[in-house]
Amino acid sequence: MAAVHGDAHGHEHDDHHPSGIMRWITTTNHKDIGTMYLWFSFAMFLTGGTLALGIRAELFQPGIQILQPELFNQFTTLHGLIMVFGAIMPAFVGFANWQVPLMIGAPDMAFARMNNWSFWLLIPAATLLVSSFFLPGGAAAGGWTFYPPLSTQGGLGVDFMIFAVHILGASSIMGSINIITTILNMRAPGMTLMKMPMFVWTWLITAYLLVLVMPVLAGTVTMLLTDRHFGTSFFNAAGGGDPVMFQHIFWFFGHPEVYIMILPSFGIVSEVIPTFSRKPLFGYSSMVYATASIAILSCVVWAHHMFTAGMPTVGQLFFMYATMLIAVPTGVKVFNWTATMWQGSMSFETPMLFAIGFIFLFVIGGFSGVICAIVPIDIQVQDTYYVIAHFHYVLVSGSLFALFAGAYYWIPKWTGRMYNETLGKTHFWLSMFFFNLTFFVQHFLGLAGMPRRIPDYNLQFADFNMISSIGAFGFGLTQLLFLYVMINCIRSGEKAPQKPWDGATTLEWTHLPTPAPYHSFEKPPVVQ
Amino acid sequence: MRSKSAVALAGVSALALYSSMAVGSKYNLPEPQSVIAKDIYDQHILLLWICLVIFIGVFGVMFYSVLKHRKSLGYKAANFHHSTAVEIIWTVIPCLILVVMAYPATKTVIAMKDTSSPDMTIKATGYQWMWGYDYLQGEGEGISFYSKLSTPRAQVENKAPKGENYLLEVDNRVVVPVGKKVRVILTANDVIHAWWVPALGIKQDAVPGFIRDTWFTADKPGIYRGQCAELCGKDHGFMPIVVEAMEAGEYSKWVAAQQSASAVKTSMHVEK
Repeated sequence: MAAVHGDAHGHEHDDHHPSGIMRWITTTNHKDIGTMYLWFSFAMFLTGGTLALGIRAELFQPGIQILQPELFNQFTTLHGLIMVFGAIMPAFVGFANWQVPLMIGAPDMAFARMNNWSFWLLIPAATLLVSSFFLPGGAAAGGWTFYPPLSTQGGLGVDFMIFAVHILGASSIMGSINIITTILNMRAPGMTLMKMPMFVWTWLITAYLLVLVMPVLAGTVTMLLTDRHFGTSFFNAAGGGDPVMFQHIFWFFGHPEVYIMILPSFGIVSEVIPTFSRKPLFGYSSMVYATASIAILSCVVWAHHMFTAGMPTVGQLFFMYATMLIAVPTGVKVFNWTATMWQGSMSFETPMLFAIGFIFLFVIGGFSGVICAIVPIDIQVQDTYYVIAHFHYVLVSGSLFALFAGAYYWIPKWTGRMYNETLGKTHFWLSMFFFNLTFFVQHFLGLAGMPRRIPDYNLQFADFNMISSIGAFGFGLTQLLFLYVMINCIRSGEKAPQKPWDGATTLEWTHLPTPAPYHSFEKPPVVQ
Repeated sequence: MRSKSAVALAGVSALALYSSMAVGSKYNLPEPQSVIAKDIYDQHILLLWICLVIFIGVFGVMFYSVLKHRKSLGYKAANFHHSTAVEIIWTVIPCLILVVMAYPATKTVIAMKDTSSPDMTIKATGYQWMWGYDYLQGEGEGISFYSKLSTPRAQVENKAPKGENYLLEVDNRVVVPVGKKVRVILTANDVIHAWWVPALGIKQDAVPGFIRDTWFTADKPGIYRGQCAELCGKDHGFMPIVVEAMEAGEYSKWVAAQQSASAVKTSMHVEK
C-alpha cells in the first residue's frame, strides 16, 4: 500500500515536501497518512495474531506445555487490546484517510496537521503495549476488559496499558473530529448528505460514536489509575466504591466500540456489493437510517455484557429487549444487500468474494448474538468459548473480511496496479476454510461448558480444541499470503486502468486517474 | 471452478463432521438437571430452529441469485433500487420473531430472579483460587469448609496421566438435598469470581464487598461440575465447583458427619 505516489508530484504543484523518512514523519497528505495507518495496523495485526497463535498452541492439548498461566493471561489480554485498538480501529481510520476525501471530492482531510499527529501517536501507544511484556511482572493480565479489582492488583504492565489506552483514545478522538469536519464541510458541490457514498455515511456515524465514547473510556482508565496509585476507591468496595461500576462505565464505551468496528465494514461492503452486482445499492436511505439506528441503540445496550454481574429483573429485561432490537436494523442491512445482488449481473472478483463471505459469516455471528442476548441462555454461555466464537464471527469474518474486501477493491486506485486475482481468491478461500475450522467448533466448546481465558481444560474439550488450534495456524499463515499479494501488487502488478471495476460509480473511479495523484481534487468535481 | 467446488466440498464435509459429533453429545449444553436449566435448554433449541429457518430463507435467496444472476451467464442487471412496501415488511417480520423469542425468555428471567422462600441457604465465597462455603440456614446450618482443586499438579504438568474429571474435581464438594430450593449467596474476598454449574443452569458473579444471590433445585441425585467463569488471575482455570445432590436421608447423614467432625475440631482447638 506504500511506495505509491513518489512520481506524481512536483510537476503541477510546487510543494516541495521532503523525501525519504522525513516524508513520512512530516507528511500532511491524507494518502501518505492513510498508507501509514494501513501498514501500522497490518503490523499490529500480525503481532496480535502471533499472540493468538501462542494461545492456540497452549490450548492444542490439555495440560500446560508452552505458556504458564500468568503468561497465558498476558497473551489473551494483549491479543485483545492489540487487535481492537492496534489492528482493526487504525485500519478503518486508514481507509477513511484514503477514501473519504477521494469519495467526497475533497483535496485532503480538514485538519491535515492534526491528521499527522493522530497517526504518530499510535507508535508510542503500540510501543507501550508491546514492550510491557518485558517489564518485571510482565504485561497486563486482567483481560482486554481489565476489570478491577483484578486490574488493580497487576504490576507496571497495567500502567503501561492505561497510558497506551489514553494515547490511543486521544488519537481516535482527533481522527474522528477530522473525519466529521471533512465530511460535513468539504464535500464537492452538489453532493448532499443523502448522495454521499455509503462508506462515507457509515464513517460519519462511526466518528460521532467515537467522539461520544472514547472520553468515557479515558475517564474509566483514569479512575483505575488513581485507584491504583493515588488512594481513590472508585472501584473498591472497602472504600465505598463498586467494582461493578467499572463494568458499567467500561461497557458504555465497549458496546458502541463494537459498532465502531463494524459500521465502516458495512460501508465497505455497501460499496463492493453494488459494484460487482452492477446495480445500485438497494434501499440507500433505509441503509442510512439503519446505520443511525444501530449507532443509537448501541448506546443503550451495554449491560448485556453483564447479565451475570447481578442486576435487577427489570434491568435484565430492558437490556435484553434493547439488545434484541438491534437485530432489526442489522437484518434490514442484510436484506438490502441481498436485494442489491438480486437480478444483478454479478461477477466474483476477490473483493466481492470477501464481501459475500462477510455477509454469510456475519449473519452467523448475528444469530449467535441474538442467542447471547436472551438472558437465560446468556447465563449459560457468558464468559465461555461460545462468546469467543460469537465475537470472532463478527470481528474477524466481520470487520477483518470487510477490510480485506476494501483493500482488494481500492488497491488498484492506490497503487495504479492490479493484484493477482488467482492469489487473491486463494487467500479468500483459505481464510474462509481456516476461519470456520478455528471458530465454528468453539460454539460447541462453549455450550459444553469450557470457560474462556483458561490455559488448560478437561479432557472432554480436547478434540475440538485441537481442531481449533490447527485452524488458527492455518488462518495465521494464510494472512502471510495476503502480505505477499499486496507486496507483489505494489512492486510488479499489472498496470490498472482508471476504472478496473466496470460497475463502480463513486468519484475516485469516475473522476480520478489511476493511481490517484498525490494531490487530487484541487478543483472540486461537480456532482449531479 | 474445480478447485472451488473441491474447497466447497471440504467446507461442507467439515461442517457435517462437526454436527455429527455434536448431536446428543457432550458438545451441546449439558443435560439439564433443574427446572431453569431445562427452560434454558429448550429455549436454546427453539432459537436454533428459528435461526436455521431464517438462515435458509436469506441465503437460499442470496445463493440462488449468486448462481443465476451472473455476468458470466450473460445475465443483464435490473435497475430497481428501493421498494417501501418490501422494506416495511422486512422490518416488521423480524420484530414479530423477536417477540416470539422474548416471551419465554421473560418468564424464565422472572423465575430465575425469584430467590424468595428457600429451603436452605449457602454462602459461597470466591478466593484466589478456591471457593469457601458456609451453610447459613436450613438443614446443615453452621457447616463451613473450603473447596479446592484436587487434581494433582503432576497431571497439569503432564507428568501423570489425566483422569476423567481432570480439573473438575475438588477436595470438598458442596452437598445439597434433591428437590429442595437452595439459595446461593455469593461474594468474594479479593477479585471478582463467578460461580457456574451448567447442569443446574446457574451462573452468578461473586463481587468482593457485595452480596449477590441466585437459586437452584436439583431434580436428581448426582454430581454436577462447573468452573469459575470470571477471569480472576493466574489460577482462574484451576478453581472448579462441584455440587453433589443427595436424597434427603443421605443428606441428613452427611450433615451429621460434618457436624460431628467440626465438633471434634472445635474441641481440639479448645483443648489447645
